[in-house]
Amino acid sequence: MASLKYESQLREPLVYGTKDYHQVTEDICRPIEAKPSKLWYIGFFISVALLLFGVYSVYREVTYGIGEWNLNKTIGWGWDITNFVWWVGIGHAGTLISAILLLFRQGWRTGVNRAAEAMTIFAVMCAGQFPIFHMGRVWMAFFVLPYPNTRGPLWVNFNSPLLWDVFAISTYFTVSLLFWYSGLLPDFGTVRDRAKTKLRKLLYGIASFGWTGSTKHWQRHEALSLVLAGLATPLVLSVHTIVSFDFATSVIPGWHTTIFPPYFVAGAIFSGFAMTQTLLLVLRKVYRLEDYITLGHVEAMNKVIVLTGSIVGCAYLTELFMGWYSQNKYEQYAFFYSRANLFSPYGWSYWGMMACNVLSPQIFWFKKFRRNLFITFFMSVIVNVGMWFERFVIIVTSLYRDYLPSSWSVYYSPTIWEIGFYLGTFGLFFTCFFLFSKYFPVIAIAEIKHVLKTSGESYKDKVGHIEAKPVEEFAYQYAHVDNASAHGKGSSGMEHH
Amino acid sequence: MARKKFIVGLFNDEDVLFPAVKKVRSAGYKIHDVYTPFPVHGLDHAMGLRETSLHTAGFIYGITGTTTAISGISWIFTSDWPMNIGGKPHFSLPAWVPIIFELTVLFAAVGMVLTFCYLCQLAPFVKKHHFHPRATDDLFVMVIESTSKTNVEDLKGFLSSNGALEAYEEVAEDGWWLGRYDKNEIPFESKEKEVAVVV
Repeated sequence: MASLKYESQLREPLVYGTKDYHQVTEDICRPIEAKPSKLWYIGFFISVALLLFGVYSVYREVTYGIGEWNLNKTIGWGWDITNFVWWVGIGHAGTLISAILLLFRQGWRTGVNRAAEAMTIFAVMCAGQFPIFHMGRVWMAFFVLPYPNTRGPLWVNFNSPLLWDVFAISTYFTVSLLFWYSGLLPDFGTVRDRAKTKLRKLLYGIASFGWTGSTKHWQRHEALSLVLAGLATPLVLSVHTIVSFDFATSVIPGWHTTIFPPYFVAGAIFSGFAMTQTLLLVLRKVYRLEDYITLGHVEAMNKVIVLTGSIVGCAYLTELFMGWYSQNKYEQYAFFYSRANLFSPYGWSYWGMMACNVLSPQIFWFKKFRRNLFITFFMSVIVNVGMWFERFVIIVTSLYRDYLPSSWSVYYSPTIWEIGFYLGTFGLFFTCFFLFSKYFPVIAIAEIKHVLKTSGESYKDKVGHIEAKPVEEFAYQYAHVDNASAHGKGSSGMEHH
Repeated sequence: MARKKFIVGLFNDEDVLFPAVKKVRSAGYKIHDVYTPFPVHGLDHAMGLRETSLHTAGFIYGITGTTTAISGISWIFTSDWPMNIGGKPHFSLPAWVPIIFELTVLFAAVGMVLTFCYLCQLAPFVKKHHFHPRATDDLFVMVIESTSKTNVEDLKGFLSSNGALEAYEEVAEDGWWLGRYDKNEIPFESKEKEVAVVV
């Protein structure tokens, strides 16, 4: 019988080396079953320390009021909303990888989706803190929810983009969490069945919901994943679109543009992939998962980064053009004085953004750089710095000098508690990620096994001498090879190692 | 709870498993279930399982979300507390599109996941019978129901000759945790046979 799966003759393998199913389980479960390294403890404690500093900063803000931050009447949104948009943007890659790439049948998603989805969930958790604490009276945060109340009932304003945001972010968080966890069930089952101690068996048994691997369950699981992917795809695009509406529906020069939704979505994917790179490059090294998160994965993500970075660059230039073309004095002032003029008070942030987001990612047009780990890591950090600048530019440079010169604000700089809040979300993010990497399978075990046989066994065998062969001979040979004989090799390959 | 006998066959390759499933079924044995470490595409068809209707359930949940959002917001903004927001009409549907969309997705996703857990009877603290611990690692575990008429030795030999690494008898308590809670799980052919016996 011919093998059940088609194996590409030319594609780079998704998983390096010759592995069988058991080896995959071993490799991915090893970090969960081993004692964490010293490095893990150091990283974890630094994260917890940052988190505690953040908790204290927020405590100050809640106790003494919003005055603990350097916001004022003119610059009503500063670091807080910048950080909110920044974290939400980072939270876009995970669901994009797991949902959109699933629909597009991109096999390489299997190596990176689990960690990227975890990153998404933690990033959205961090993002949510900012608007909530920016409310000031955080104990009244539940007022944003529409529920029958004793104040009329006075409802929320369903026509307001701020309320759309409440719905968008909470739906996005819920759906991402469900998607992530439903994918984790089978893998928790694997960890449970390998558990040596009673406690592990109990805890992973609870986490796995009693997963057995029944065919009927798999059938439903596949259906669930596909439909959730279909639902999450427009959801990913909707979330940052709605975040951009917070700005685009206003009448502030620099915000009032129709280009915002696609521009924000591209930027979100850009920064999300950059953060995924930052985390995965470390993860693959520390957990020795180089065979699963390969250079091919790194290159694929770098391609997304150069594409979305260029889209963002086009958006920046379009904005400038439209600012000039509109012949609107206020628009022109916002774009050409407050932003593009290097010597205006915030000019540095605009040009920092341009350098980090538009110019530097262009090196990824070259394959040599796309596959270079050091450059990728460095660039992934640069991109996220740039994306932070972008949000800061959009928010602060549009606000600090508005229509009335009498209300122009003095130079805005954050207080230590404002910075502390931001650092605290880093603490939250990395604390969660450290715990995730210790107790969860960081790569989707079942999904890797699913693509294992289609993952370039014959590429490894054949590419060497294909490259040495003349093109005509190659074309002749592969036009006459039938499926069955092309496959015998792939499936029998499993037996002799 | 009644105790039932099962014959368990272990396979280590899905390419061996598929022909074996077909042969076991055509020989007239009733496959209770096949436990696999990852989704093996086409195995559900080979076993004669019907397609899942989870998609349909998801669609219904989605529609419920859409209607909830439209009717809820319309009622609130046109009848319960009509607010004048910048002189805009009370019934301003375009402005509600984002929330309608979000609630559609939310209802569909939450509903489907809950339905999935209900149908598969998956929940924290649920205990199920696991026929082999390596079913979640690298083995494909075929479980065949054994009745008083089954010749156990014959069946074991049959499995081994079809590529099973190992075949043995296992007793398990009958109950929903085996996966038999759902009548639709029974393959079409065997369902008809059962009817025939009753008549």
